[in-house]
Amino acid sequence: MLEVRNLHVEVEGQKILRGLDLKVHPGEVAAIMGPNGSGKSTLSYVIAGREDYEVTDGEVLLDGENVLEMDPEERAAKGLFLAFQYPVEIPGVATMTFLKASVNAQRKSRGEPELSTPDFMRHVKQGAERLEVNPDMLKRPLNVGFSGGEKKRMEILQMALLEPRYGLLDETDSGLDIDALRIVSNGVNALRAANRGFLVITHYQRLLDYIKPDVVHIMSKGRIIKSGDAALALELEKNGYRDYVADAAA
Amino acid sequence: MPPMIRREHDAERMLGEQFRAFRPADASAGRRDEAFTLFSEAGLPSRRIESWHYTDLRGLVREALPPAPEPDAATIEAARERLAAHAVPGAARVVVLDGTYRPELSDLSALSAGVTVTSVLDALSTGDLDAGLAAAQKLGQVESMLALNAAFLQGGAMIVVAPDTQAAAPIELVMLLSGRAPAATYDRSYVKVGDRASLTLVERHASLGDAKSLAATVLVAAVGDGASFEHLARIDGLGPQALHLGTTLIRLGADAKFEATTLVATGGVTRRQAYLEFVGENATAHLYGVSLLDGKSHADTTLIVTHTAAHCESRELFKHILDGEATGIYQGRVVVAPGAQKTDGKMLSKCVFLGDGANMYNKPELEIFADDVVCGHGATVGALDDDQLFYLRARGIPLREAQALLLEAFASEAIETVSVASVKDEMNDRVGEWLRQHGR
Amino acid sequence: MPAVQDTVDQVKAIDVSEYKYGFVTEIEAERAPKGLSEDIVRFISSKKEEPAWLTEWRLEAYRRWITMESPDWSRVKHPPIDYQDLHYFSAPKGTAGPKSLDEVDPELLRTYEKLGIPLREQEILAGVEPTNRVAVDAVFDSVSVATTFKAELAKSGVVFCPISEAVHTHPELVKKYLGSVVPVTDNYFATLNSAVFSDGSFVYIPPGVRCPMELSTYFRINDTKTGQFERTLIIADKGSYVSYLEGCTAPMRDENQLHAAVVELVALEDAEIKYSTVQNWYPGDAEGKGGIYNFVTKRGDCREARAKISWTQVETGSAITWKYPSCILRGDDSRGEFYSIAISNGMQQVDSGTKMVHLGKNTTSRIISKGIAAGKSDNTYRGLVSAHRKATNARNFTNCDSLLIGEHCGAHTVPYIEAKTSTAVFEHEATTSKISEDQLFYCRQRGLSGEEATALIVNGFVRDVLQQLPMEFAVEAQKLIAISLEGSVG
Repeated sequence: MLEVRNLHVEVEGQKILRGLDLKVHPGEVAAIMGPNGSGKSTLSYVIAGREDYEVTDGEVLLDGENVLEMDPEERAAKGLFLAFQYPVEIPGVATMTFLKASVNAQRKSRGEPELSTPDFMRHVKQGAERLEVNPDMLKRPLNVGFSGGEKKRMEILQMALLEPRYGLLDETDSGLDIDALRIVSNGVNALRAANRGFLVITHYQRLLDYIKPDVVHIMSKGRIIKSGDAALALELEKNGYRDYVADAAA
Repeated sequence: MPPMIRREHDAERMLGEQFRAFRPADASAGRRDEAFTLFSEAGLPSRRIESWHYTDLRGLVREALPPAPEPDAATIEAARERLAAHAVPGAARVVVLDGTYRPELSDLSALSAGVTVTSVLDALSTGDLDAGLAAAQKLGQVESMLALNAAFLQGGAMIVVAPDTQAAAPIELVMLLSGRAPAATYDRSYVKVGDRASLTLVERHASLGDAKSLAATVLVAAVGDGASFEHLARIDGLGPQALHLGTTLIRLGADAKFEATTLVATGGVTRRQAYLEFVGENATAHLYGVSLLDGKSHADTTLIVTHTAAHCESRELFKHILDGEATGIYQGRVVVAPGAQKTDGKMLSKCVFLGDGANMYNKPELEIFADDVVCGHGATVGALDDDQLFYLRARGIPLREAQALLLEAFASEAIETVSVASVKDEMNDRVGEWLRQHGR
Repeated sequence: MPAVQDTVDQVKAIDVSEYKYGFVTEIEAERAPKGLSEDIVRFISSKKEEPAWLTEWRLEAYRRWITMESPDWSRVKHPPIDYQDLHYFSAPKGTAGPKSLDEVDPELLRTYEKLGIPLREQEILAGVEPTNRVAVDAVFDSVSVATTFKAELAKSGVVFCPISEAVHTHPELVKKYLGSVVPVTDNYFATLNSAVFSDGSFVYIPPGVRCPMELSTYFRINDTKTGQFERTLIIADKGSYVSYLEGCTAPMRDENQLHAAVVELVALEDAEIKYSTVQNWYPGDAEGKGGIYNFVTKRGDCREARAKISWTQVETGSAITWKYPSCILRGDDSRGEFYSIAISNGMQQVDSGTKMVHLGKNTTSRIISKGIAAGKSDNTYRGLVSAHRKATNARNFTNCDSLLIGEHCGAHTVPYIEAKTSTAVFEHEATTSKISEDQLFYCRQRGLSGEEATALIVNGFVRDVLQQLPMEFAVEAQKLIAISLEGSVG
């Protein structure tokens, strides 16, 4: 289980998360929705281990083990995967080189043998086909000159290759047209499994038409203020955030 | 203004004596005298000369090393052994040892039809040297190291590619120093790529020994209309007492194409300067380079790109990785002359520090006299990009490995365009090896 | 888009291409004889009844200066200046000492009125003038003729007066700080200034005080064959803040007039100085005849921790501009900023930029420079960013863009970026281009003339810098930019 307990986070003295509690069970898709500035992206960065965020209180537990003291690469090897909202461009690093380096680094740290190149290539090719990733993209430097849709598909391809325990999808729908949204969502749905959980962070309900959540949380001002089933997202879409945010304040 | 009063420097005085002893009494004497006069008037470049501000030869050169003598049999044998260990597959090989062209060490069997290689001294003594090429010394300013090179010229190769000849085989130009006793070498090679012809030149500078050295080396290239010239240079493994001064002069005709990649991974003091001029329209020039420096080594890259003709494109991309107390210098100047409209000129210099005591000096200059141009430059100094590091680590790649990956990528961007696979691999391997040696 | 309409109106309201500050004030002047010698230096010093230490200070500078040579490293070209053919002191008659406003010659007051400089406190206080409250020190040729709001400023402990007065009223401050940022021997023009400086402003902000109004000095060169050598010294004590504005104009004369000023800023712990300049000296006529030679040394010293100095300049005037307002970032965590718009037209030559010298730890600097060259002018950005060995974690961001209007001008960029510590992070970017045909066409298709469209696009180009100026100055600067570019669109 991925569990966030009473998480308090500051950035440059500004309180962003104020006592956030959250559980994602294996096999579950949890969605977090919330207005801009509610701290959604901060949550995903803190779970993945980005610097510049000061955790002043609380824990993030992966199967009972606190990950907050771990380096980002350790967390990745333990099975945490963040699909970035804005995947970074890395000139000079061929996508294929990068994919192989990350898959093998994780296998190595888990004490598994490295994949042979033919096995790996086959693996990548299958994944790429499913996500309609042009094989030419794999030869290009990572994310450099990729369109918004291409970058997001590349994130999901990486998730498929790395087979994480928990996938954190940070606004994966932003910048996607309908076709790209469907491809990306199908990619995610194909990875749903009894031993894998997802935390889907989104601003709009639209994504949840494609990736059906088991639980929906509403986040505001650094806390979860309401939780429910998929119907909550629809309700939210109709009424907007204002009611809930106001309720929470009252 | 009265001429600057300059105290004669010990090394300058010694050079005068050496010149009088060296000066051969042949047809080249007049030209040598003229060149030496130019040099004596200007003297060794000092920090008071803007373009030599960061590489002050008056401070660095305390004594003038004697011109290297003709290599003896043992030296030639040692050179032969070194050469055997290393070759570019399929390339013809031209060897300059201690400043003189050595046909017995060269192997021209792979030379493509339409390409000739001769000794520069022969061309010079018979007055056969293309006047236009010889005149490349007129740069609008006295470049005293060029003048010194012309005065003491010991040898070099003359490479001519006939018009419409696509030289499939690259030419490897190996410049070896014996490095047994302290010595100076002065070589100059000419490359003429005829109209619509093409050539790849792989230039390599190395030393067999660690003795104190000064190498004033010059390459003059005239690239004809519609011709293309690729120049790959590597200055590697010179000792900490080496002073390497390399000057490249390039003139590009209309629709010509020039691609250059330079890898500097050496000790001592290195200055690589290039003067490039676009004399015909629609030509392109890409100058790339990587410097890997450690210890107290000092490498200066100075480029002067002059757009005289309209519609040309120039790109410069230089990467510096500095460890220890090394000093990196990048001076790039793009000049757009009046009327050189539609010029597209961009340069970028990036530096990453590994060591605490390293220095980097950047001076990217634009000098623009035409309005319809797109020019720009950028320079960065600092550490690796945090976002990129985090991205890699979030995918499970450990910190050290992520740094190495990014550093290799950082350097490889400037090596990417090399067309000869074996040379490209060698350069990339050298970067990887260097990074491992430096704990990355 | 109201902003667009504003600009269009402004452009339309502009007179024909005329330097509108080019009139001469007919007023009798008292001058030193032409030429420079130790006697002249003594003459200037005695005119101001200076203490002996200052006379000696000037003489030392003079003796040093005669051994120096005019610098030749910049891109500006001019015939040799005959330093013996200038008057080094010129004052409107009867204003040798500081006066109260009532005593100021009405002719002078009319001059400043014509220039749009409010000197009448009462009217400003009564709200007759629609200007915000700005205290003004008006310097006419070699002397300060009026300083407003002195009494009110004194209530908060702020000293704002001519430097010639401060020498007498605050000798300890002057002695301590004069020449402490720009040493007497700094450069040819600064040394000359040290020998013969006439007047200028002195500002002292006591610890913890936020200066209650903008301070400004207005410089006017009126007399013929006269050099202006003003000296400004601003000291912001611990935790204080001041915003200071400087404006300059001169009559149209067909001779070249020399202006060699020195400005020294000292910011102590946690203090902040914001220094803005709109420089509109007479640039000479279209053939390059006449105009001011503006050789100025401006430097700020962030002497203690967390000090901040910000330079903003709009340079439209002068035949030659040679100036590099700089910051010495000595205190840990101190910050320097430089925002510049430099416009050259006609035969003007500009060689300007900044130096950011990082000495303390965690120091940061930012440079935004916008150069616009039109006509047959030459416009050079020259800048230095350096981090010394001990300046760990120094940070700089530089952006310098040049715009060319017409094919007979030149735009040049000469940055020096020197990192002597591996913890420095410097980013530098520069571009040179012309106004995009697409943008011009778009504007013209919407009904703007070529000139209006150009002014509009140029205003967009310089927006980042204009935003740094105090409001009234920004409006003034925007108008100036449009005037400066008149006749540049064929």
